Amino acid sequence: MKRREFLRWAVLAPAAGAGLAACADQQSHARAVYLLVDTSGTYVQEVGKVQQVINYLLGTLNPGDSLAVARVKSRSFTEKDIVAKATFVKDPIQANAQKRAFKEQVAPLMQGGKTGSAYTDITGGILQAAEFLNETGAGRKTILIFSDMQEELDKKTVRDVPLHLNGIRVVALNVTKLNTDNADPRRYLSRLEWWEKRVRDAGAADWRMINNLEHLDRVLQA
Amino acid sequence: MSWMIWPENPALSALTLFLIAIPFLYAARAPIHGVVESLAAALSNALRLGARSLLAMARELRSRNRLVLLAQGREETAQTVEREFQRVTALVERDLNGYPALQRQLLENITRLEEDYKKAGEVPPPPPEWVKAVESMGKIKNGGDGLVEKLLKDISSSIGTVYDKVLAEYRRSCDERHGILKRFIPFGRSLNETLTRVDRNITGLQASAARIDAQMDNYEQIRAGADRVEHLLYSSAVTQFFTSGLVLAIAFGGAFVNFWLIARPMSAMVGGGQYIVGDLEASHIAALVIILLEATMGLFLMESLRITHLFPRVQNMNDRMRRRLLWAAFTFLLVLAGVEVALAVMRDYIVAADIALKQGLGNVPVAAGKTDWVMKIPVAGQMLLGFILPFALAFVVIPLEYFLHAARNVCGALLVVLIRAVAVVLRILSNAVRHLGMALVMLFDAVIFLPLIAERAIRSRRSGERKDALPPRGAVSGKAGSTS
Repeated sequence: MKRREFLRWAVLAPAAGAGLAACADQQSHARAVYLLVDTSGTYVQEVGKVQQVINYLLGTLNPGDSLAVARVKSRSFTEKDIVAKATFVKDPIQANAQKRAFKEQVAPLMQGGKTGSAYTDITGGILQAAEFLNETGAGRKTILIFSDMQEELDKKTVRDVPLHLNGIRVVALNVTKLNTDNADPRRYLSRLEWWEKRVRDAGAADWRMINNLEHLDRVLQA
Repeated sequence: MSWMIWPENPALSALTLFLIAIPFLYAARAPIHGVVESLAAALSNALRLGARSLLAMARELRSRNRLVLLAQGREETAQTVEREFQRVTALVERDLNGYPALQRQLLENITRLEEDYKKAGEVPPPPPEWVKAVESMGKIKNGGDGLVEKLLKDISSSIGTVYDKVLAEYRRSCDERHGILKRFIPFGRSLNETLTRVDRNITGLQASAARIDAQMDNYEQIRAGADRVEHLLYSSAVTQFFTSGLVLAIAFGGAFVNFWLIARPMSAMVGGGQYIVGDLEASHIAALVIILLEATMGLFLMESLRITHLFPRVQNMNDRMRRRLLWAAFTFLLVLAGVEVALAVMRDYIVAADIALKQGLGNVPVAAGKTDWVMKIPVAGQMLLGFILPFALAFVVIPLEYFLHAARNVCGALLVVLIRAVAVVLRILSNAVRHLGMALVMLFDAVIFLPLIAERAIRSRRSGERKDALPPRGAVSGKAGSTS
């Protein structure tokens, strides 16, 4: 009888463990970050600074998180502009190896060309970013836009499309002032206001701007 | 529609309305008094009833607490007495079982001592009779007779030889006796040691008997339910509660260190970034499960060793089963300790890889981790900690048992105090409600004071008229007295 009881417990205990595992939290706690790097002519000289942002992200993101880095060019709604992307595996040691490989993948972006693209398709980049982030199924999604936020489109490019940024945080990084902004700061402020309104209207969870790269720790703060 | 008769003068409107309302209020005085008084009485009685039932509950709880406390005290004393009896039994079995042999040894020693003593007392046989003859001959005077002289010389030389022999024999005999006396010493020492041991055992038995007596007195007092014992047991329970609580807090500190030692490497085993409930990572829960498993195995180990008595079924197991459980728990604990050692090594490996990556990334502002302090412990130290902490955690069960037992008494006593405090508050509220009712009645009367004054005046006038109409009291009594 006692042996039978022991056997019953031996069967029930793993079953209870499996039951607990089945109760796993369905809400994802993973983070996904999509970094858009402006490589247009007005901003190309700033691209060197993006290394700091990527290093910070690689050092901060955990196993299970996703990261992608893409260029913003004349037309950016394409996967071809994604320089590197990775979802870090659950094993922390393998995740470290992935991060090293990621760093090597994005290295050419920093070297870049002296001349940037003629136009700046930030909207296309955001559309691409939202698509990528939603596919990851991460719980916390963030788009980082390393740009002066001055969008310039050629005549054939249509970007008058509604954005869907539900649950996505948008952070503008290193938003430099243009010469025209220097002459009339209202242009700069109105540009930022326009983007904030557009992003919030698209359902974004948050809009934030960080110009001082010393405060990168605020990038992933909720 | 406004309530104001004169909208431009609210005060006058209010006064007018008040004056209009006064007759109605006066008319409704008795029912309003009744409503207020009955409501206040109902509420006050309910509160008083509640207070009374709470006090009864507190009394009941206190008596139950007392029963539990005395039962615990009785059990503890019984265990102490039992332990003392076991000690005495062991002492008796160990020593008194050997008493026949001891007695035999003592008797043998004493017999040998007596024999040796007798031997030592034996003196050489007295000188033979011819010595007397020689003495008589020695008295013969040497008168210059050559024959006598020669005879005496011969006798003297013969006696000298014999004397030497006798003296040698005497010395040999003395030596023998000294030898016998020398052999006394070890027997005497052995005898002394044996008697000292006996004395020690007897003293130990007396001490145990005194302890048993004291515990039995205590037991008797507990059985009699003496107040002094109750107070002693309460103070002992409170002391135990705080002492075991302190030890448990220290043990939780150890468990905390253990947790952070294994939480990070666990992410390599169960996967990082996976969440089970809320913000609890799967790796953290896995680490917690390991620590809880260690504590559970420790509990079974202590139960099997009969150090703690939390599970009566384990206590009632036969020795064979109990020994099996003991070895099973110990093996699990050993395996878990081994797992922790492996995790400590893996942890160091992960941390090293992480540091290497961050150094490779350049000047990355690294967020201050929760476990940075653990990095300062060398890997050997981490391994040692990983091995020792599970076994240290096993001992947590001992203070836990004390804590649970003491907590029952302390929490019970606190509950009694709390219930009494609530009862007092209810009693105060009951009185307050009763007085509030009275105050409301008086306030109502104060509001309608004008008709009340009028009523009082009319009543006093009527009573005055009635008094006038009635004959004087003395006359009535005098009349009554004369009638009687």
